[in-house]
Amino acid sequence: MILKRIVAKLNFEAVEAGDGQEALDLLATMTEVPELALIDWNMPNMNGLEFVTKVRAEPRLREMTLVMVTTESEQSQIVRALAAGAHEYVIKPFTEGAMIEKLALLGLVPTGANS
Amino acid sequence: MTLSAADFAFVSALVRREAAIVLAPGKEYLVEARLIPVARQVGAASVAEFLANMQRRPNPEDQRRIIDALTTNETSWFRDREPFSALTDVVLPELVRARGTNRKLRLWSAASSSGQEAYSLAITLQENLPTGWSYEIMGSDISTEMIKRAEAAEYSQVEVNRGLPATQLVQYFERAGAHWRIAPALRRNVSFKLMNLTAPLPALPPFDVIFLRNVLIYFDVATKKSVLRNVARLLRPDGWLFLGAAETTIGIDDNYERVAAGRTSAYRVRSAVPAGTARKG
Repeated sequence: MILKRIVAKLNFEAVEAGDGQEALDLLATMTEVPELALIDWNMPNMNGLEFVTKVRAEPRLREMTLVMVTTESEQSQIVRALAAGAHEYVIKPFTEGAMIEKLALLGLVPTGANS
Repeated sequence: MTLSAADFAFVSALVRREAAIVLAPGKEYLVEARLIPVARQVGAASVAEFLANMQRRPNPEDQRRIIDALTTNETSWFRDREPFSALTDVVLPELVRARGTNRKLRLWSAASSSGQEAYSLAITLQENLPTGWSYEIMGSDISTEMIKRAEAAEYSQVEVNRGLPATQLVQYFERAGAHWRIAPALRRNVSFKLMNLTAPLPALPPFDVIFLRNVLIYFDVATKKSVLRNVARLLRPDGWLFLGAAETTIGIDDNYERVAAGRTSAYRVRSAVPAGTARKG
Protein backbone atom coordinates (compact mmCIF):
# COMPACT_ATOMS: atom_id res chain seq x y z
CA MET A 1 0.00 0.00 0.00
CA ILE A 2 2.66 2.46 1.05
CA LEU A 3 4.68 1.65 -2.08
CA LYS A 4 1.68 2.42 -4.28
CA ARG A 5 1.26 5.75 -2.54
CA ILE A 6 4.93 6.61 -3.00
CA VAL A 7 4.95 5.58 -6.65
CA ALA A 8 1.86 7.73 -7.24
CA LYS A 9 3.36 10.67 -5.36
CA LEU A 10 6.50 10.53 -7.50
CA ASN A 11 4.48 10.23 -10.73
CA PHE A 12 6.20 6.98 -11.60
CA GLU A 13 4.53 4.67 -14.08
CA ALA A 14 4.47 1.23 -12.48
CA VAL A 15 3.74 -2.37 -13.34
CA GLU A 16 3.35 -5.19 -10.83
CA ALA A 17 4.32 -8.84 -10.82
CA GLY A 18 3.45 -11.54 -8.30
CA ASP A 19 6.85 -13.20 -8.17
CA GLY A 20 10.32 -13.18 -9.73
CA GLN A 21 9.45 -15.41 -12.66
CA GLU A 22 6.38 -13.38 -13.49
CA ALA A 23 8.53 -10.24 -13.35
CA LEU A 24 11.12 -11.71 -15.73
CA ASP A 25 8.36 -12.79 -18.14
CA LEU A 26 6.88 -9.33 -18.00
CA LEU A 27 10.26 -7.68 -18.58
CA ALA A 28 10.78 -9.89 -21.64
CA THR A 29 7.65 -8.40 -23.23
CA MET A 30 8.58 -4.79 -22.53
CA THR A 31 10.32 -2.75 -25.20
CA GLU A 32 11.52 -0.19 -22.68
CA VAL A 33 13.33 -1.50 -19.61
CA PRO A 34 12.07 0.10 -16.37
CA GLU A 35 14.54 2.27 -14.47
CA LEU A 36 13.74 0.77 -11.11
CA ALA A 37 12.59 -2.54 -9.62
CA LEU A 38 11.34 -2.75 -6.03
CA ILE A 39 11.74 -6.36 -5.01
CA ASP A 40 10.44 -8.35 -2.08
CA TRP A 41 12.69 -11.14 -0.86
CA ASN A 42 9.89 -13.55 -0.14
CA MET A 43 7.96 -14.48 -3.24
CA PRO A 44 6.69 -17.84 -4.54
CA ASN A 45 8.37 -19.61 -7.50
CA MET A 46 11.31 -17.24 -7.73
CA ASN A 47 12.36 -15.20 -4.71
CA GLY A 48 13.85 -11.73 -4.74
CA LEU A 49 17.45 -12.85 -4.41
CA GLU A 50 17.11 -15.23 -7.38
CA PHE A 51 15.42 -12.47 -9.35
CA VAL A 52 18.28 -10.04 -8.64
CA THR A 53 20.82 -12.67 -9.71
CA LYS A 54 18.94 -13.37 -12.97
CA VAL A 55 18.54 -9.67 -13.77
CA ARG A 56 22.25 -9.06 -13.21
CA ALA A 57 23.09 -11.85 -15.64
CA GLU A 58 20.96 -10.26 -18.35
CA PRO A 59 22.78 -7.51 -20.32
CA ARG A 60 19.50 -6.02 -21.58
CA LEU A 61 18.49 -5.23 -17.97
CA ARG A 62 21.87 -3.82 -16.93
CA GLU A 63 20.62 -0.28 -16.43
CA MET A 64 17.75 -1.22 -14.11
CA THR A 65 18.22 -0.15 -10.49
CA LEU A 66 17.34 -2.92 -8.05
CA VAL A 67 16.05 -2.20 -4.57
CA MET A 68 15.17 -4.97 -2.14
CA VAL A 69 12.18 -4.05 0.00
CA THR A 70 11.64 -6.73 2.59
CA THR A 71 11.08 -7.77 6.17
CA GLU A 72 14.24 -9.91 5.92
CA SER A 73 16.65 -7.98 8.08
CA GLU A 74 19.62 -10.20 8.91
CA GLN A 75 22.95 -8.55 8.21
CA SER A 76 24.04 -11.61 6.22
CA GLN A 77 20.97 -11.34 4.00
CA ILE A 78 21.65 -7.70 3.20
CA VAL A 79 25.24 -8.62 2.35
CA ARG A 80 24.01 -11.44 0.07
CA ALA A 81 21.54 -9.17 -1.72
CA LEU A 82 24.17 -6.49 -2.29
CA ALA A 83 26.68 -9.08 -3.44
CA ALA A 84 24.12 -10.49 -5.88
CA GLY A 85 23.80 -7.02 -7.37
CA ALA A 86 21.03 -5.20 -5.52
CA HIS A 87 21.77 -1.46 -5.40
CA GLU A 88 19.88 -0.76 -2.21
CA TYR A 89 18.06 -2.53 0.57
CA VAL A 90 15.08 -1.16 2.47
CA ILE A 91 13.94 -3.01 5.55
CA LYS A 92 10.22 -3.14 6.31
CA PRO A 93 8.65 -1.35 8.03
CA PHE A 94 9.77 1.89 6.45
CA THR A 95 8.27 5.33 6.11
CA GLU A 96 7.41 7.14 2.92
CA GLY A 97 10.20 9.62 3.61
CA ALA A 98 12.75 6.83 4.10
CA MET A 99 11.92 5.25 0.76
CA ILE A 100 12.11 8.57 -1.06
CA GLU A 101 15.48 9.26 0.59
CA LYS A 102 16.79 5.91 -0.62
CA LEU A 103 15.61 6.68 -4.14
CA ALA A 104 17.30 10.06 -3.88
CA LEU A 105 20.55 8.34 -2.89
CA LEU A 106 20.25 6.32 -6.09
CA GLY A 107 19.67 9.47 -8.13
CA LEU A 108 16.15 8.40 -9.10
CA VAL A 109 14.40 11.35 -7.51
CA PRO A 110 15.82 14.80 -6.80
CA THR A 111 17.23 15.32 -3.30
CA GLY A 112 14.62 17.10 -1.24
CA ALA A 113 11.66 15.51 -3.09
CA ASN A 114 10.64 14.55 0.38
CA SER A 115 9.88 17.96 1.73
CA MET B 1 5.84 28.85 25.58
CA THR B 2 5.28 25.23 26.43
CA LEU B 3 2.23 23.57 24.99
CA SER B 4 -0.97 23.77 27.01
CA ALA B 5 -2.26 20.55 28.57
CA ALA B 6 -5.29 20.60 26.26
CA ASP B 7 -3.17 21.03 23.13
CA PHE B 8 -0.83 18.28 24.25
CA ALA B 9 -3.79 15.96 24.88
CA PHE B 10 -5.15 16.77 21.42
CA VAL B 11 -1.85 15.97 19.68
CA SER B 12 -1.28 12.84 21.80
CA ALA B 13 -4.71 11.49 20.93
CA LEU B 14 -4.14 12.21 17.24
CA VAL B 15 -0.78 10.47 16.93
CA ARG B 16 -1.97 7.60 19.10
CA ARG B 17 -4.99 7.08 16.86
CA GLU B 18 -3.22 7.59 13.54
CA ALA B 19 0.29 6.32 14.15
CA ALA B 20 0.04 4.18 17.30
CA ILE B 21 2.62 6.35 18.95
CA VAL B 22 2.29 7.06 22.63
CA LEU B 23 3.51 10.45 23.77
CA ALA B 24 4.12 10.18 27.48
CA PRO B 25 3.43 13.21 29.67
CA GLY B 26 6.59 15.28 29.79
CA LYS B 27 6.96 15.25 25.99
CA GLU B 28 5.31 18.66 25.67
CA TYR B 29 8.64 20.25 24.85
CA LEU B 30 9.34 17.69 22.13
CA VAL B 31 5.89 18.12 20.56
CA GLU B 32 6.27 21.87 20.55
CA ALA B 33 9.79 21.73 19.06
CA ARG B 34 8.64 19.41 16.29
CA LEU B 35 5.56 21.48 15.50
CA ILE B 36 7.27 24.88 15.33
CA PRO B 37 8.44 24.33 11.73
CA VAL B 38 5.00 22.95 10.80
CA ALA B 39 3.20 25.97 12.21
CA ARG B 40 5.61 28.21 10.36
CA GLN B 41 5.05 26.31 7.13
CA VAL B 42 1.29 26.83 7.22
CA GLY B 43 1.65 30.47 8.18
CA ALA B 44 0.42 30.24 11.77
CA ALA B 45 1.96 32.64 14.27
CA SER B 46 2.56 29.91 16.83
CA VAL B 47 2.04 26.24 17.52
CA ALA B 48 -0.92 27.15 19.74
CA GLU B 49 -2.55 29.07 16.90
CA PHE B 50 -1.91 26.26 14.43
CA LEU B 51 -3.49 23.71 16.79
CA ALA B 52 -6.43 26.00 17.58
CA ASN B 53 -7.17 26.45 13.86
CA MET B 54 -6.92 22.76 13.34
CA GLN B 55 -9.27 21.89 16.18
CA ARG B 56 -11.82 24.34 14.80
CA ARG B 57 -11.49 23.05 11.25
CA PRO B 58 -9.89 19.62 11.21
CA ASN B 59 -8.31 18.75 7.88
CA PRO B 60 -6.41 15.66 6.77
CA GLU B 61 -3.50 17.62 5.34
CA ASP B 62 -2.65 19.26 8.68
CA GLN B 63 -3.20 15.95 10.45
CA ARG B 64 -0.67 14.36 8.14
CA ARG B 65 1.76 17.21 8.81
CA ILE B 66 1.53 16.67 12.56
CA ILE B 67 1.98 12.93 12.28
CA ASP B 68 4.95 13.33 9.95
CA ALA B 69 6.54 15.84 12.26
CA LEU B 70 6.21 13.52 15.24
CA THR B 71 7.03 10.23 13.55
CA THR B 72 8.79 10.15 10.20
CA ASN B 73 10.88 13.21 10.89
CA GLU B 74 13.34 11.17 12.92
CA THR B 75 16.83 12.42 12.29
CA SER B 76 18.26 10.98 9.11
CA TRP B 77 21.73 9.70 8.51
CA PHE B 78 23.74 12.17 6.42
CA ARG B 79 20.83 14.57 6.72
CA ASP B 80 20.62 16.94 3.73
CA ARG B 81 23.63 15.20 2.16
CA GLU B 82 25.32 18.42 0.94
CA PRO B 83 27.18 19.31 4.16
CA PHE B 84 28.67 15.82 4.21
CA SER B 85 29.71 16.09 0.55
CA ALA B 86 31.27 19.47 1.33
CA LEU B 87 33.13 17.89 4.23
CA THR B 88 34.50 15.14 1.99
CA ASP B 89 35.28 17.26 -1.07
CA VAL B 90 36.39 20.59 0.38
CA VAL B 91 36.90 20.67 4.14
CA LEU B 92 38.78 17.44 4.82
CA PRO B 93 41.32 17.91 2.00
CA GLU B 94 42.08 21.40 3.34
CA LEU B 95 42.33 20.25 6.94
CA VAL B 96 44.54 17.33 5.95
CA ARG B 97 46.93 19.83 4.32
CA ALA B 98 46.82 22.11 7.37
CA ARG B 99 47.12 19.50 10.15
CA GLY B 100 49.91 17.38 8.72
CA THR B 101 51.87 17.57 11.98
CA ASN B 102 49.47 16.07 14.51
CA ARG B 103 47.17 14.26 12.07
CA LYS B 104 44.15 14.45 14.28
CA LEU B 105 40.80 16.16 13.77
CA ARG B 106 38.10 17.11 16.25
CA LEU B 107 34.49 17.58 15.17
CA TRP B 108 31.44 18.62 17.12
CA SER B 109 27.85 17.71 16.36
CA ALA B 110 25.97 20.32 18.40
CA ALA B 111 22.39 19.41 19.36
CA SER B 112 23.12 15.85 18.35
CA SER B 113 19.71 14.45 19.32
CA SER B 114 19.78 10.66 19.03
CA GLY B 115 23.27 10.68 17.51
CA GLN B 116 22.74 10.08 13.80
CA GLU B 117 24.65 13.20 12.77
CA ALA B 118 27.62 12.43 15.02
CA TYR B 119 27.88 8.88 13.71
CA SER B 120 27.38 10.06 10.11
CA LEU B 121 30.37 12.35 10.66
CA ALA B 122 32.32 9.38 12.01
CA ILE B 123 31.50 7.30 8.91
CA THR B 124 32.54 10.20 6.66
CA LEU B 125 35.90 10.54 8.45
CA GLN B 126 36.45 6.81 8.59
CA GLU B 127 36.07 6.67 4.82
CA ASN B 128 37.92 9.81 3.86
CA LEU B 129 40.84 10.42 6.21
CA PRO B 130 44.21 9.17 4.99
CA THR B 131 45.81 6.22 6.81
CA GLY B 132 47.58 7.26 9.99
CA TRP B 133 45.07 9.98 10.87
CA SER B 134 42.69 9.86 13.79
CA TYR B 135 39.60 11.79 14.76
CA GLU B 136 37.35 12.53 17.70
CA ILE B 137 33.71 13.43 17.44
CA MET B 138 31.75 15.00 20.24
CA GLY B 139 27.98 15.15 20.17
CA SER B 140 26.15 17.41 22.58
CA ASP B 141 22.52 17.76 23.50
CA ILE B 142 20.39 19.46 26.10
CA SER B 143 18.37 16.31 26.81
CA THR B 144 19.78 13.57 29.07
CA GLU B 145 17.41 11.14 27.39
CA MET B 146 18.89 11.92 23.97
CA ILE B 147 22.45 11.64 25.32
CA LYS B 148 21.62 8.18 26.67
CA ARG B 149 20.11 7.15 23.34
CA ALA B 150 23.09 8.44 21.38
CA GLU B 151 25.56 6.70 23.70
CA ALA B 152 23.61 3.45 23.42
CA ALA B 153 24.05 3.81 19.64
CA GLU B 154 21.13 1.50 18.95
CA TYR B 155 18.66 2.21 16.18
CA SER B 156 15.43 0.60 15.05
CA GLN B 157 14.83 -0.86 11.60
CA VAL B 158 12.80 2.22 10.77
CA GLU B 159 15.63 4.51 11.80
CA VAL B 160 18.38 2.72 9.87
CA ASN B 161 16.35 3.07 6.69
CA ARG B 162 16.56 6.85 6.85
CA GLY B 163 19.20 8.03 4.40
CA LEU B 164 21.71 5.32 5.22
CA PRO B 165 23.02 3.37 2.23
CA ALA B 166 22.75 -0.40 2.78
CA THR B 167 26.48 -0.84 2.15
CA GLN B 168 27.23 1.40 5.12
CA LEU B 169 24.60 -0.28 7.26
CA VAL B 170 26.30 -3.64 6.90
CA GLN B 171 29.77 -2.17 7.25
CA TYR B 172 29.36 0.10 10.29
CA PHE B 173 26.54 -1.51 12.27
CA GLU B 174 25.95 -4.83 13.93
CA ARG B 175 22.65 -6.47 14.77
CA ALA B 176 21.53 -6.19 18.39
CA GLY B 177 18.30 -8.17 18.67
CA ALA B 178 15.66 -6.32 16.70
CA HIS B 179 17.90 -3.24 16.54
CA TRP B 180 21.14 -2.21 14.92
CA ARG B 181 24.08 -0.98 16.96
CA ILE B 182 26.98 1.15 15.72
CA ALA B 183 30.08 -1.05 15.51
CA PRO B 184 32.69 -0.54 18.27
CA ALA B 185 35.37 0.65 15.81
CA LEU B 186 33.22 3.67 15.04
CA ARG B 187 31.74 4.13 18.49
CA ARG B 188 35.08 4.50 20.22
CA ASN B 189 35.75 7.73 18.31
CA VAL B 190 32.46 9.32 19.30
CA SER B 191 31.43 10.67 22.71
CA PHE B 192 28.44 12.63 23.93
CA LYS B 193 28.12 15.43 26.45
CA LEU B 194 25.13 17.07 28.07
CA MET B 195 25.26 20.73 27.10
CA ASN B 196 23.01 23.75 26.93
CA LEU B 197 24.11 25.88 24.00
CA THR B 198 22.48 28.98 25.42
CA ALA B 199 24.45 28.81 28.68
CA PRO B 200 28.20 29.48 28.97
CA LEU B 201 29.91 26.49 27.36
CA PRO B 202 32.49 24.36 29.16
CA ALA B 203 36.18 24.85 28.36
CA LEU B 204 37.06 22.27 25.73
CA PRO B 205 39.87 21.88 23.23
CA PRO B 206 38.77 23.69 20.06
CA PHE B 207 37.16 21.92 17.11
CA ASP B 208 38.16 21.82 13.46
CA VAL B 209 34.57 21.46 12.27
CA ILE B 210 31.30 22.23 14.04
CA PHE B 211 27.92 21.07 12.78
CA LEU B 212 25.29 23.35 14.36
CA ARG B 213 22.40 22.57 12.08
CA ASN B 214 18.73 23.30 12.54
CA VAL B 215 19.33 24.63 16.03
CA LEU B 216 19.37 28.40 15.60
CA ILE B 217 15.89 28.35 14.02
CA TYR B 218 14.43 27.67 17.44
CA PHE B 219 16.01 30.74 19.07
CA ASP B 220 15.30 34.46 19.05
CA VAL B 221 17.92 36.84 17.68
CA ALA B 222 19.54 37.61 21.04
CA THR B 223 19.92 33.91 21.80
CA LYS B 224 21.24 33.22 18.28
CA LYS B 225 23.90 35.89 18.86
CA SER B 226 24.97 34.40 22.16
CA VAL B 227 25.07 30.83 20.80
CA LEU B 228 27.16 31.89 17.80
CA ARG B 229 29.54 33.84 20.06
CA ASN B 230 29.92 30.85 22.40
CA VAL B 231 30.49 28.48 19.52
CA ALA B 232 33.12 30.73 17.92
CA ARG B 233 35.27 30.30 21.04
CA LEU B 234 35.33 26.56 20.48
CA LEU B 235 36.09 26.76 16.76
CA ARG B 236 39.71 26.74 15.67
CA PRO B 237 40.70 29.94 13.85
CA ASP B 238 40.78 28.12 10.52
CA GLY B 239 37.86 25.81 11.39
CA TRP B 240 34.53 25.42 9.64
CA LEU B 241 31.01 25.92 10.95
CA PHE B 242 28.04 24.33 9.20
CA LEU B 243 24.53 25.64 9.83
CA GLY B 244 21.17 24.34 8.60
CA ALA B 245 20.08 25.27 5.09
CA ALA B 246 17.61 27.85 6.44
CA GLU B 247 20.09 29.40 8.88
CA THR B 248 22.78 32.03 8.57
CA THR B 249 25.09 34.19 10.66
CA ILE B 250 24.49 37.13 8.35
CA GLY B 251 22.91 40.02 10.17
CA ILE B 252 23.41 38.20 13.47
CA ASP B 253 27.13 37.84 13.99
CA ASP B 254 29.59 39.72 11.80
CA ASN B 255 32.56 37.74 13.07
CA TYR B 256 31.68 34.97 10.66
CA GLU B 257 32.21 34.97 6.94
CA ARG B 258 30.04 32.84 4.68
CA VAL B 259 32.16 30.79 2.29
CA ALA B 260 31.27 28.38 -0.49
CA ALA B 261 31.85 24.73 0.38
CA GLY B 262 31.00 22.44 -2.49
CA ARG B 263 27.34 22.95 -3.36
CA THR B 264 26.53 24.46 0.02
CA SER B 265 27.85 27.20 2.30
CA ALA B 266 29.82 27.08 5.50
CA TYR B 267 30.98 29.78 7.89
CA ARG B 268 34.47 30.68 9.03
CA VAL B 269 35.72 33.15 11.55
CA ARG B 270 36.57 36.28 9.58
CA SER B 271 40.28 36.54 10.36
CA ALA B 272 40.73 33.00 9.05
CA VAL B 273 39.51 33.87 5.58
CA PRO B 274 42.39 34.58 3.19
CA ALA B 275 42.62 38.32 2.49
CA GLY B 276 41.79 37.94 -1.20
CA THR B 277 38.35 36.50 -0.48
CA ALA B 278 37.36 38.49 2.60
CA ARG B 279 34.49 40.87 2.12
CA LYS B 280 34.53 44.32 3.58
CA GLY B 281 32.79 44.82 6.85
